[in-house]
Amino acid sequence: MNSDIISFSSLAPIFPELILTIGAFAILMAGVFMKKQVSASLVGVTIGLLVAVAALILVFPSDGVILNGGFIQDSFARYMKVLVLAGSAFALVLSLSSANENALDKFEYPVLILFATIGMMIMISANDLMSLYIGLEMQALSLYIIAAMKRESSKASEAGLKYFVLGALSPGMLLYGASLVYGFTGQTQLDEIAKIIALGDRSIGLVFGLVFLLAGLSFKISAVPFHMWTPDVYEGAPTPVTAFFASAPKIAALALLIRVVTQGFEPISSDWQQVIIFLSIASMVLAAFAGIGQKNLKRLIAYSSIGHIGFALVGLSAGSLVGVQGVAIYMAIYLTMTLGLFAAILSLKYDNIYVEDVSDLAGLAQTRPFVAAMIAVFMFSLIGLPPLAGFFAKWHVFLAAIEAQLFVLAVIGVLASAIGAFYYLRVIKTMYFDEPVHQFAPIPGELRFIMGIAGFLIITYYLTVGAPLANIARSAVSSLF
Amino acid sequence: MIFANNILTIITFLPLLGALFVMIVPGNDKLAYANIKRIALVTTLVTFALTLVMWSMFDPQNTSFQFVQNHEWIGNVIGYRMGVDGISVLFVVLTGLLMPMAILAGWDSVTKRVREYMIAFLVLETLMLGVFTTLDLAMFYVFFEGGLIPMFLIIGIWGGKNRVQASYKFFFYTFVGSVLMLLAIMAMYWYAGTLDITKLLKVQFPPEMQIWLWIAFFASFAVKMPMWPFHRWLPEAHVQAPTAGSVILAAILLKMGGYGFLRFSLPMFPDASLYFADFVFFLSVAAIIITSLIALVQTDIKKLIAYSSVAHMGFVTMGIFTANVYGIEGAIFQMISHGFISGALFISVGVIYDRMHTREILAYGGLVEKMPKYAFAFMIFTMANVGLPGTSGFVGEFLVLIAIFQVNVWFAAVATLGVILSAAYALWLYRRVIFGALTKESLKSILDMNPREMAVIVPLLILTILFGFYPAPILDTIAPSVEALVNQISQSVGMGAEPILPH
Repeated sequence: MNSDIISFSSLAPIFPELILTIGAFAILMAGVFMKKQVSASLVGVTIGLLVAVAALILVFPSDGVILNGGFIQDSFARYMKVLVLAGSAFALVLSLSSANENALDKFEYPVLILFATIGMMIMISANDLMSLYIGLEMQALSLYIIAAMKRESSKASEAGLKYFVLGALSPGMLLYGASLVYGFTGQTQLDEIAKIIALGDRSIGLVFGLVFLLAGLSFKISAVPFHMWTPDVYEGAPTPVTAFFASAPKIAALALLIRVVTQGFEPISSDWQQVIIFLSIASMVLAAFAGIGQKNLKRLIAYSSIGHIGFALVGLSAGSLVGVQGVAIYMAIYLTMTLGLFAAILSLKYDNIYVEDVSDLAGLAQTRPFVAAMIAVFMFSLIGLPPLAGFFAKWHVFLAAIEAQLFVLAVIGVLASAIGAFYYLRVIKTMYFDEPVHQFAPIPGELRFIMGIAGFLIITYYLTVGAPLANIARSAVSSLF
Repeated sequence: MIFANNILTIITFLPLLGALFVMIVPGNDKLAYANIKRIALVTTLVTFALTLVMWSMFDPQNTSFQFVQNHEWIGNVIGYRMGVDGISVLFVVLTGLLMPMAILAGWDSVTKRVREYMIAFLVLETLMLGVFTTLDLAMFYVFFEGGLIPMFLIIGIWGGKNRVQASYKFFFYTFVGSVLMLLAIMAMYWYAGTLDITKLLKVQFPPEMQIWLWIAFFASFAVKMPMWPFHRWLPEAHVQAPTAGSVILAAILLKMGGYGFLRFSLPMFPDASLYFADFVFFLSVAAIIITSLIALVQTDIKKLIAYSSVAHMGFVTMGIFTANVYGIEGAIFQMISHGFISGALFISVGVIYDRMHTREILAYGGLVEKMPKYAFAFMIFTMANVGLPGTSGFVGEFLVLIAIFQVNVWFAAVATLGVILSAAYALWLYRRVIFGALTKESLKSILDMNPREMAVIVPLLILTILFGFYPAPILDTIAPSVEALVNQISQSVGMGAEPILPH
């Protein structure tokens, strides 16, 4: 096969990834050869790099399929990449104030985040089962290390190990599925697979492969029944790392899933829709019930994220443009809520201990009214109450489900959101109805800023970002249909 | 013209502006709190004045929507649309009227977290006004459901002993009821291709679909109303909520359910409304009889009034689903009048609760000796609650009973009996609290109403009597729109593919 790289400029679609890779190595070198104190400034440089690359994608979009069809840059990829870059950058900002306590003040931390981000961007742009796997593994291996970065903490090591063992299972299934798909279609490139499927009959072996492929990907988005690692890893990992895990990787994996099913398996959409519907219902219902008993704040957020993946999958279940547009909007809003929430949690420190349990928040409305109000906004938004952004996120995905006449899914979904409201409300109840127990340390400025911005966007969603975001998401996902 | 075109937007979002001002008042001392209270009061008073201006500019003879604004907004699905007609205009005025009362009701009794308290109420006012002024179905849901957030906090933070349980119950009953309506709204969008209420009113949904949509909307409105047997959250929420919370809950939030039936269930799903009419009558009559009986045995004053609210809402639902002019006019009149009567009753309970810190009926007795003014006011409101001719409570119930007699004599007969029961519990309450000998030590030093309390009670007193003798301002405003609504229903019944027959 001839290479299609004719000139340097033909590589333009992959420039963002290249820049990040070069930057990552440069920062790695700087970290190795310079003195120890520079780690904070390296984090700053990394953030700057992420922002610059996001700006590059926004300002100079260059679409195309390169590397023998393995890599695709289109409006959907650009949209998702900007979300991922924003997630990584803000997660780094969140880690600044508590880097010491969480042993994240090593130069490896920003470098690993960069490598993970590159992996995620390749996932988003993967147009071939092989580049898909490369991106996935690059991301996953970086994340395993980041989870266990706090070496002296047995909890973090446990989290890293658990993540690794369970995470190593998923590529196994994914590769098995991919080999079956290749075996039955003779292709690895997504659009070629779709063409072959459309020509011939739907063989049972192909569906078998598809199911394994979906199972492997479900691990990455932590959809039930492949969610078991999530609560443990969220709880065990240092909180800034959890913030990172909960945001960017979820978006990348979901983007990958969307591309695989809508591009590669579009002719047999009724087959994968069944799987997605099952994953969606299982995630929403299990998260709604399992979250109720959680005392640890991070476990609670873990179940919340499982539930929200379930809601996002409602949109994908519809398999329509409206549905995928809904998912795209959902992920943007979910990212904002998650980052804001983690900024709030990370800003609460008493006696040099960071809050871990829901009960630690008791009476927060009286001691830290601003943080409490922000957490309450995020919680109400996660419930999906109007007029907050979380409601509009659910609106878009359920609108698609109703259009596709998935009434059972929709009814179960909204009832699950009502049940899930219980544990979000418990957090609000603890903050507002209970009496204070702890005196908290002052809030770092950057966290207050992130909280404020996220809260502002969520409260004023209808007036400010709602309409433009809907249009952007629509034109972004139009490249898939 | 600019003012007239935007008046609904101004009215709806003015309280939100007030909330922003409350937010930025510096300090946390007495002076700051006094300023916060003043800002809140002025905001609600100005809003009320604007609602009156709007009412004066409103042309009752024009049965289409007025002061209309219409813009597409999110994804060309959800729009920003405003407008009122004869059915909704008075609810806007009612909301405007009761908010200053609610603010004044908590003037002295709320001492902790005044800032949050006022913000919650002002945000709630915007959301309530939005429910009545919006002409976009999705935005209706946004306003309707958004009210849960401030109300949940109001009950939970400033409520009584069992406030947490009450706030949860309130939240879950209403939330579960509403989410199904959300799905129905989406289904309507895909069928009609728009969420513009003015356009949706002209769409004929197939009867089969109407049944499902009607059930989904009913789930939401019946809980909000509340209709028996979905009323379980209400007594608890009322008992635990602070006085102002109870006032708003009884006077306005409950009316959203009735407004929803009038705006959506009846005109948009006429076949289904006809199909389910007997079912609604049955639930309404059951509410009137059963909750009146329950009210008889209550020992808590607020709980008794709460149950009486459920009974009175039974008349409203019955009137709405008679789908004739008397019934609907009566239902709207009953909602408006119950708005200020129940509001006044809860404020009255608040007056003695602020003094004695108990709502037990047995803790009172013989108040007439020490509080003659209070006894007089409470008597008028009690009589109005019973539906005595000459008070506004009579007009609505009477119209509804006339209407139901035309539809079904049996339901009418049983409902009329319910009026006797309401007289029984209300008068018995009055006797136990106000009359009798003043024997209790704790009551000997109780003071009559102060000027602030008079300022709240007297206007409501005047309105109760005024609309009892002269209901024309209300009936003239609503009549043309109601007639148009009834015509539209009778024309569109059976217009779908295959008519379903009522049984």
